[in-house]
Amino acid sequence: MKGPALLSVEGVAVDLPTPRGNLRAVDHVDLSIGAGRTLGIVGESGCGKTMLSRAILQLLPKKAKLSGRVMFDGQDLVCLDRERLRKLRGRSLAVVFQDPMTSLNPVLTIGTQLIETLQEHLELDGVAAKMRSVELLAAVGIPAPEQRLMQYPHQLSGGMRQRVAIAIALSCEPKLLIADEPTTALDVTIQAQILDLLAREQRRRHMAMIIITHDLGVVAGRTDEVAVMYAGRVVERAPTPDLFKKMRMPYTEALLAAIPKIDAKPHTPLPAISGRPPDPTRPLKGCSFSPRCKYAWAQCQVEKPPLEDADSPGHQYACFRPLNTEAIAPA
Amino acid sequence: MMPSVPQPVSGDPLLRVENLVVEYPVGNKTVHAVSGVSLDIARGETLGLVGESGCGKSTLGRAVMQLRRAVSGKVLFDGQDLTAMQGDTLRRMRRRVQLIFQDPIASLNPRRRIGDIIAEPLVISGVKDAKKREQLVHDVLSAVGLDPHLVIGRLPHEFSGGQCQRICIARALVLNPEFIICDEPVSALDVSIRAQILNLLEEMKARYGLTLLFIAHDLAVVKAVSDRVAVMYLGRLCEVGPSEQLFAQPAHPYTALLIEAIPVPDPDVRPAESVAVGEPPSPIAPPSGCRFRTRCPRADQRCSDEMPELREVAPAQFAACHHPLIGAA
Ligand SMILES: Nc1ncnc2c1ncn2[C@@H]1O[C@H](COP(=O)(O)OP(=O)(O)O)[C@@H](O)[C@H]1O
Ligand SMILES: Nc1ncnc2c1ncn2[C@@H]1O[C@H](COP(=O)(O)OP(=O)(O)O)[C@@H](O)[C@H]1O
Ligand code: SF4
Ligand code: SF4
Ligand SMILES: [Mg+2]
Ligand SMILES: [Mg+2]
Repeated sequence: MKGPALLSVEGVAVDLPTPRGNLRAVDHVDLSIGAGRTLGIVGESGCGKTMLSRAILQLLPKKAKLSGRVMFDGQDLVCLDRERLRKLRGRSLAVVFQDPMTSLNPVLTIGTQLIETLQEHLELDGVAAKMRSVELLAAVGIPAPEQRLMQYPHQLSGGMRQRVAIAIALSCEPKLLIADEPTTALDVTIQAQILDLLAREQRRRHMAMIIITHDLGVVAGRTDEVAVMYAGRVVERAPTPDLFKKMRMPYTEALLAAIPKIDAKPHTPLPAISGRPPDPTRPLKGCSFSPRCKYAWAQCQVEKPPLEDADSPGHQYACFRPLNTEAIAPA
Repeated sequence: MMPSVPQPVSGDPLLRVENLVVEYPVGNKTVHAVSGVSLDIARGETLGLVGESGCGKSTLGRAVMQLRRAVSGKVLFDGQDLTAMQGDTLRRMRRRVQLIFQDPIASLNPRRRIGDIIAEPLVISGVKDAKKREQLVHDVLSAVGLDPHLVIGRLPHEFSGGQCQRICIARALVLNPEFIICDEPVSALDVSIRAQILNLLEEMKARYGLTLLFIAHDLAVVKAVSDRVAVMYLGRLCEVGPSEQLFAQPAHPYTALLIEAIPVPDPDVRPAESVAVGEPPSPIAPPSGCRFRTRCPRADQRCSDEMPELREVAPAQFAACHHPLIGAA
């Protein structure tokens, strides 16, 4: 990572009490992101991506127990009082969720929601806030923005609602935007438009962005760095080109191989990953991926591989038998 | 005006859909969900059906099953018109056609045990011998990769999404159908599980000699399993052709757009900047002429005046466009 970190997540763990016992949703994650940079967080559902983003935003469920530090712009968010956090979340730290209705109020018009946000955080007067709202809606690609101000969220399509949620998130010029599966519920054509929009606004505002997704295709051409999560942990992290070309972690390899490729011949069997992720209330003693890993050996069942540095800068992986090294011959 | 029916690559069609029109009344308006779709599926073939959500894929699947009756048009299954059938005749035909849905958990009755869920189609179709039913349930569960002894006594909520989809596939197979409509069977699943289910469907197809209509909104997924692909937009077919050919040289601008929008897991492939523009218009008042014209970079006056018919633009490849990307205009 270049420059000082804007955000650094240090040893963050999230525990949730459940009827089946303690569930460790996030397990000692370290991550950082510099100003204006883009980090992708990739992993299958249930691996803890959303809990990690909620831990960063200090928006965890009440019963959740958080440990570790979340340093943002020089302060530890874990120690901030509610009022300061609320201000920060409105201004410097913004979020877009998979379901835009999470951040939209169904009984208020789009205009009211945008204008109120702008008035509160940027202290604009009504007229200025309205003008700014129209500009923002136009910037996120909403046709006839003046008319949209009068509409309610349910009158818009899913793609349009996500654009509005992005407009609200961007309204106060945040330093960091966390986009948690912003396009998972949308069609590919709309996904491409939303991802383009995010990239364009990011460049223009020199904003840092975390894109959370289950799709390696989404992060490939659009991030500086990628962290792969599995069972609550970061299992590999690297500058994006290195992750795709010099991956060390068998899970990353398997995840990439399982995606149907557009240039493959029809009826080519897909290299599927057998089984499924472990039950997070029954953590494994060894490597969490070991029951599904084709390279697993005895050590993998009894010891947890630590996150170690690879030889190229910024590349880390957690595996006893990393790929592309002498540790294992290609299978 | 009868659009030409695109011919399958080989063999006699097991399913032939002719000029199918399906509508939903909403208030005093009409949703034009499927507006004159014709296609053939040959015995043993997998036809992929793609298009953005709301374009009428599920409606088409349901109309083939006669779960939603068409306003007009025919659905010929093995030469017999399902739209003209009622009651017992239809029920008997339906046994030969099964449907698998996107949301596997929601499509299983939460209060019934897996063994009973899978045996139910057998009971309904009159397999009276309980021993025989049990045997068939065991066989089909093993075929989809589940251990019958561990599974039959349990309830749906005890299973993950991927396992529930296996159970749904087993339920669809237990009557030994000839034709299965898979309506987005992997859209709700994670990549790793999705690959397992796609492989399973391919295996089952070979093992049971099935013909498939495979519906999805993900082109790469569709290509992985289909012999031919049909592309749908706002209730109409845009293009039909052999999978590889369609991807290598799309003729319809909408097919090209869908292909370009697929995110490629390769950092050297820069995502094409905003190839896709806008969103599909409402099927309540679809555009005149070509329904894609409001988003099409090649649209001209003719496109709003005249509806393009499907015609052959390359061997076995059909497109409904006045200005196709390949072939003579
Ligand atoms: N409110 C909650 N209470 C208890 N467990 C939860 C809650 N939300 C999520 N989980 C569990 O935490 C783990 C991580 O979930 P999540 O962060 O949502 O994963 P992802 O976003 O990667 O799909 C999962 O095992 C999930 O079941
Ligand atoms: N029961 C219904 N009543 C009214 N409109 C419907 C109904 N089912 C589907 N539609 C509408 O018909 C169109 C096609 O829907 P559908 O066949 O579900 O599309 P797809 O499966 O391609 O997403 C959409 O505009 C949808 O809103
Ligand atoms: S540590 Fe062992 S089980 Fe885990 S990914 Fe590496 S080789 Fe596989
Ligand atoms: S007919 Fe016209 S509007 Fe329709 S796809 Fe072809 S060029 Fe585009
Ligand atoms: Mg999530
Ligand atoms: Mg559908």
